[in-house]
Amino acid sequence: MIFNFIFGRHKHHHVRSGCALADLNVGDRAVVEELELAEPVAEHLMNLGFVPGLEVSVARSGPGGDPRIYRVDGTEVAIRRDVSRHIHVQMLGVPAFGD
Amino acid sequence: MTCHPVVGAQEERVGTSYRAVAVVGPPNSGKTTLFNRLTRLRQKVGNFPGVTVEHHTGYVRDAEGNEIALIDLPGVYSLTPKSEDEKVAVDVLTGEMPGTPRPDAVILVLNSTNLNSHLVLAGRVIALGLPTLVVLNMADELHNQDGHVDVLALARQLGTPVALVSATTGEGVPAVTNFLSSAAPQPDPLELPVVGNTKSYREWAVRVGARAKYRRPAAPVWTQRLDSILLHRRWGPIVFGLVVIGVFQSIFAVGQPLSNLLQSFLNTTGARLGSYLPEGLVRSLVINGVWKGTGSVLVFLPQILLLFLMIGILEDSGYLSRAAVIADRTMSRAGLNGKSFIPLLSAYACAVPAIMATRTIESKRDRIATILVAPFMTCSARLPVYTMVIAAFLPNRPVLGPLLGTRALAMLGLYVLGFMMAVITARVLKSTILKSKDAPFILEMPPYRWPTPSSLALRLVDRGKAFLYRAGTVIMLVTLLLWAATNFPMHHWQPPAVQDSVVAKVGHAIEPAIRPLGFDWKIGVGLLTSIAAREVIIATLGTLHGVDADSHASDLQAALRHELTPAGAVALLVFFAFAMQCMSTIAVVRRETNGWKWPAIQFSYMTVVAYISAFAAYNIVNHFLR
Repeated sequence: MIFNFIFGRHKHHHVRSGCALADLNVGDRAVVEELELAEPVAEHLMNLGFVPGLEVSVARSGPGGDPRIYRVDGTEVAIRRDVSRHIHVQMLGVPAFGD
Repeated sequence: MTCHPVVGAQEERVGTSYRAVAVVGPPNSGKTTLFNRLTRLRQKVGNFPGVTVEHHTGYVRDAEGNEIALIDLPGVYSLTPKSEDEKVAVDVLTGEMPGTPRPDAVILVLNSTNLNSHLVLAGRVIALGLPTLVVLNMADELHNQDGHVDVLALARQLGTPVALVSATTGEGVPAVTNFLSSAAPQPDPLELPVVGNTKSYREWAVRVGARAKYRRPAAPVWTQRLDSILLHRRWGPIVFGLVVIGVFQSIFAVGQPLSNLLQSFLNTTGARLGSYLPEGLVRSLVINGVWKGTGSVLVFLPQILLLFLMIGILEDSGYLSRAAVIADRTMSRAGLNGKSFIPLLSAYACAVPAIMATRTIESKRDRIATILVAPFMTCSARLPVYTMVIAAFLPNRPVLGPLLGTRALAMLGLYVLGFMMAVITARVLKSTILKSKDAPFILEMPPYRWPTPSSLALRLVDRGKAFLYRAGTVIMLVTLLLWAATNFPMHHWQPPAVQDSVVAKVGHAIEPAIRPLGFDWKIGVGLLTSIAAREVIIATLGTLHGVDADSHASDLQAALRHELTPAGAVALLVFFAFAMQCMSTIAVVRRETNGWKWPAIQFSYMTVVAYISAFAAYNIVNHFLR
């Protein structure tokens, strides 16, 4: 408590360095960082290849823009936006602005 | 087990030959294709006790002619018993599934084009300590697309035999047969990650793959090309629409006439058969009971087989997953996902094949929700009833030129009514008892493949058998019960007139309950007999009024006008739109959900909805007509 009082609430200043999978554009590549999802969902995604550290790319968008199809480790997986915005990634292949 | 004296090498195998072997593998590994290739038609379908997961057991003979049972387990990615499928797989593999022997060995089927993720399951299965054969399936795709794996090196890494096969072409399958004939030793203990989470297993799998010089095949070019059209912003929905119309039309334009043809064939053979029997009870039982019962089961077959042929082609080719992506946006508004679309669409022809088609939906809750709303869709059995009642009460006047008359409009309105109730029910279900925050839309997109005729044929045989054995028995039983209810009590071994039979007594008994809807006991009897199939109400009302319903439709319409007020007619239409007046649907729901719980809930719910809506309709129409 007193620690928080003196040094400030650490959590509030934490800025995520990456972004969510849902924010990427078609063709973008990124590295999976963290799955901020309920355990069974995260487990299922990891079984399909969404393991932290692996590269993922946006293969194409469904006709309505959602769900989109992602390619990870040779597999293509369609994911709705309500899940993909909880998959945090680090963008690849773009200049790191303001980093 | 008795011990045989070991004499020479030949005898050595006697005690070690397998009797039960489990086939395990992730979804999309081609596990079922391999299973079908090994066992062909020597399969039986069953449900494990207490779960809705269905499993197949197939039989193969080893080199010495001993019978080995192959147990096809549900597709799983891991063995952490989180989902129902995984729990079933773990229970069978550890010998804890009641009624199923613990397997002596395991055939683990992995997709060789996707080893990095599929080897994760290998680590977990081999750790169970059973003799295991690791089958790397889809060898043809691996080689065609410049992939590579060193089978011997992988076998050394895993400590088990490894076979590179293609279940579709048959390449390498003899290695699997050999494994079944010659008992392999237990695998050496593997060096597995200490922390048992997926990430560390995954890293382990990549290490093992790298040591086996695994090179992932290039992404299939044709899949990319096809997807750029089939999932195109504009073309995707157009192709989807064409496919949907194709499926719908084939069931309506091909399946329906085939069913009718079969029905009239059964009727004529029934009549001919009847002429050999002495007049009276026996003839009535054989023709109107047994023969009719058989017929009412059989007439569904053309539609079921046709729908499963369509779905088989869509699923095996890989298009079904794309269709699910396209339909997902619309279906998500009703709280369902894209995979429910095709089953719900086929329910417009008939709910029976539609409910059997829901097995392509992985999420259990979405599947149950789809099963529960499917019978609200206006199936073809409702059409004759709608046509008769509308024709009796509504004069046909043009509304929008010659194309759309009042009668067609009323018919269209009933279609919309059923659809709306399905959507409302789906929404209610998905936000209450079938709430599923844990099953979001995540779907693997397999590459496009040519469906093979043999796997399509096996699927048709399998579904056809499942329907005839498991649903057919219930349908048969209810038909016989209804026959008994219309033929008892007997008078001098003669069946009574309909108005004196048991069914009429029940009709009279329920009259107070249905009077608020504007129905009398005759309609009540019609409602009871229409449980056999909705259109039966026409024949029943015909008999009750002494009119041959087929040849004198206008006489029956006049009788109906005499019996029902316009408000009662509207109530009858609404009742038929919502009620689950179909024992075949009930039987199929019981079969697909493996128990009476869901069909009971569904029947009660739909009857209550139908009753309340018909009551409301009767009173509202009365109010306006007064």
